[in-house]
Amino acid sequence: MKNTGTLKVEVRGEREILLTRVFDAPKELVWKAMTQPELVKRWFGPRGHQLVECEIDLRPGGKWRYLILMPNGHTMGMRGEYLEIEPCDRMVHTESFDEYAEFGVGVITSGFAEEHGKTTFTGLQVAPSREVRDAIVASGMEHGAAETYDRLAELLETL
Amino acid sequence: MATAAQLDATFGALADPTRRAILARLSRGDASVNELAAPFAMSQPAISKHLKVLERAGLIARGRDAQRRPCRILARPLAEADAWLQTYREFWEGSFDRLDDLLTELQPEKSQKTEKAQRKGRKQ
Repeated sequence: MKNTGTLKVEVRGEREILLTRVFDAPKELVWKAMTQPELVKRWFGPRGHQLVECEIDLRPGGKWRYLILMPNGHTMGMRGEYLEIEPCDRMVHTESFDEYAEFGVGVITSGFAEEHGKTTFTGLQVAPSREVRDAIVASGMEHGAAETYDRLAELLETL
Repeated sequence: MATAAQLDATFGALADPTRRAILARLSRGDASVNELAAPFAMSQPAISKHLKVLERAGLIARGRDAQRRPCRILARPLAEADAWLQTYREFWEGSFDRLDDLLTELQPEKSQKTEKAQRKGRKQ
């Protein structure tokens, strides 16, 4: 069954972003899918993207590294370190982009809460710097900016 | 293209619910400070302070009419902030949709049950 949940994206303050998403699976399984390389490779990145390398050393102080092949043929490397691991419940890790190493390191706190067999995943991301945000924006500008007030209304609803 | 400083200013200005409400009101048309203050239990100086933040962030402009100085919303910074959010959302929405598929595959019992339920549903 494809039970596509709705992704909620909330911007908090200048640097924080909170993602919320419900999955139709117990939290042990969601945790597994998000922490075992052979499983992460099968979903990380939107369609057209491919996670070609995925290394995960899941313990406090352990490192992780992803290499994503993008539809335009370019690769994007990401890496970081696990700071806190509470299996199936909570994880704190750092994240940086190889191409933008000088921009510093972001910290992401992930939470997994199960109710009636469904898992609510939350990811609170604190962007390392405004330059990272800028870099993400630069890469996203191909999508073009919609300049209508309808979109504005939608934006305001998400905040 | 949006600069990092512009996005920071935009998101900083949007972090406050009163300022978001003011923008929502202005998206329906220009308004004076008095008109903007009316729906809020807030003094006009307090509203003016919010307007200054919005003006500094480049999200609104004030008219020249010395008496009324009507406020007008400026679409561009908001559209740029929207584009940034949209890109971010698309990345995770796409990833999580694929994760849905994977989770279904990893739960054979659940997908079988669902198939049965769907068959049953079709019969009814």
